[in-house]
Amino acid sequence: MNITLSIIYLITTITFVIGLKMLGHPETAKKGNLISGVGMGLAIVATIFLHDFEVPFINYILIGAALLVGTVIGYLIAMKVAMTKMPELVSLFNGFGGGSALLIGLVEFGNYSEDATQTSTIIAAIIIGSITFTGSLIAWAKLNGSMKDIRLPHYNLINNLIILALIAFGAYIVMYDSTNLMLIYLLLAASLGYGVLFVIPIGGADMPVVISLLNSLTGIAAAITGILYGNMVMMVGGILVGSAGLILTFIMCNAMNRSLSNVIFGAFGGGDLAIAAVGKTGGTIKKTTASDSAILLNYASKVVIVPGYGLAVAQAQHVIHELEELLTKKGVDVSYAIHPVAGRMPGHMNVLLAESNVNYDKLIEMDNINPQFPNTDVVLVVGANDVVNPAAHNDPSSPIYGMPILDVENAKHIIVNKRSMNAGYAGIENELFFNQKTSMLFGDAKSALTELVSELKNM
Amino acid sequence: MNELVAFISNNLQLLYILILAIFIGVELIKNVPSVLHTPLMSGANALSGVVIVGALLVMLQAKPDDFLSLGLGFVAVVLGILNVVGGFVVTDRMLQMFKKKK
Repeated sequence: MNITLSIIYLITTITFVIGLKMLGHPETAKKGNLISGVGMGLAIVATIFLHDFEVPFINYILIGAALLVGTVIGYLIAMKVAMTKMPELVSLFNGFGGGSALLIGLVEFGNYSEDATQTSTIIAAIIIGSITFTGSLIAWAKLNGSMKDIRLPHYNLINNLIILALIAFGAYIVMYDSTNLMLIYLLLAASLGYGVLFVIPIGGADMPVVISLLNSLTGIAAAITGILYGNMVMMVGGILVGSAGLILTFIMCNAMNRSLSNVIFGAFGGGDLAIAAVGKTGGTIKKTTASDSAILLNYASKVVIVPGYGLAVAQAQHVIHELEELLTKKGVDVSYAIHPVAGRMPGHMNVLLAESNVNYDKLIEMDNINPQFPNTDVVLVVGANDVVNPAAHNDPSSPIYGMPILDVENAKHIIVNKRSMNAGYAGIENELFFNQKTSMLFGDAKSALTELVSELKNM
Repeated sequence: MNELVAFISNNLQLLYILILAIFIGVELIKNVPSVLHTPLMSGANALSGVVIVGALLVMLQAKPDDFLSLGLGFVAVVLGILNVVGGFVVTDRMLQMFKKKK
């Protein structure tokens, strides 16, 4: 390989490491993203111009066209899409990366299958690339609401059998050094199918884990294609993404007190456990009105807002910021309590609230806000459910038992805004709603909060 | 077993790189505040678009009459660059929001 090209790849790899490091700090994050972006651009340009192949002119035209088409479409989608659509967008782009890896594997199977190492990398690229491709597209469809959770009978067993069959099938192709393209197409179809089956049963609340996991898998797919070409920047870049994604996945799992296999194979929200837990609490709930809630908030000295997925669905992030500013102006100390898995992707609430200009010093992480609840006058829960469910502390039979939650029940008053009494995504009854200190403000988050704001303005 | 030993001794450098890269990835991410989880994931997602380099290699090495390789390579380049451009731009937009502090 050309030495200039190798040096540029080395530089790109360094920009990836530095970029990722800088992404971890609020002040440097933006610059870090830019640095890795420049590194990536450098690698792409260098790959096109600094190679040792005889390349026909037509190939350059096609490469140019492909880059142009992809850049324009990618830029437009990324710029046009509303910030609230962020989880599905990240998922979609991630799927594209997986798709690219699977196509590379497909092409190279014909060219490269000389020895077992190469064949196995190609097979692995096809399997992992396909799973991330369809898996991410399904995640995208589910996140934008066009697809519901589907649980086939015995889906766990079926999925496990399919993945075992895929591995066995891949091993067979490697061992018998088969160059039969039919087998590869069959493998491709089965892997694509597995990607679909893998993601469709996973419930909304587990989406942050799955997105993060798929992200990690795309990195691994890139690394595997890197091994195939002996290309360092693909290998190291892919592994960085893979391990970073995996760590993030485990952080998400820890936040729910569940193991990764439990998320993937566990029937959360659909199993018998959840059904058994429903209806156990019962009791009476106390309904409230916007004006009563406004009075409560107006005379409080410390208010904590707990946002959840319902806030994102109702697109109420601007209204809630207005409410927060209004209360601050009236001398109320307002902050937001952010549960690590609130929403549908890691850090979902942070992005959502940042979009409406909420100062991120006001976003308090779970471990820091929990000790503050006893001194809090009013907690306003907007569209969150499982992350404030006390069953996680005191009901060992509950599927979420042991999950760290926001201890809002320690506050003096709790106002819960919900659309209806339906259980949360985990399908579990929430005894918080029956707590004496809790009043329920029913309605869509946006309209309920708008009403609350106008009541407060009149005071 | 012999094959495994042969594989390891032939690819020792590779294994070192893989293992060290895994540790770097883990160390880089371990203590990131949850505020940055989304941009981080999105930024890492953009980096996984590095797979485009492989797609470009496919296109560069394809013979002009090999329409299958050219066609699949073309789509692979489009998807790869979508992942790269879309990923970086979205991350940038997200981080832009975090900057607007009053």
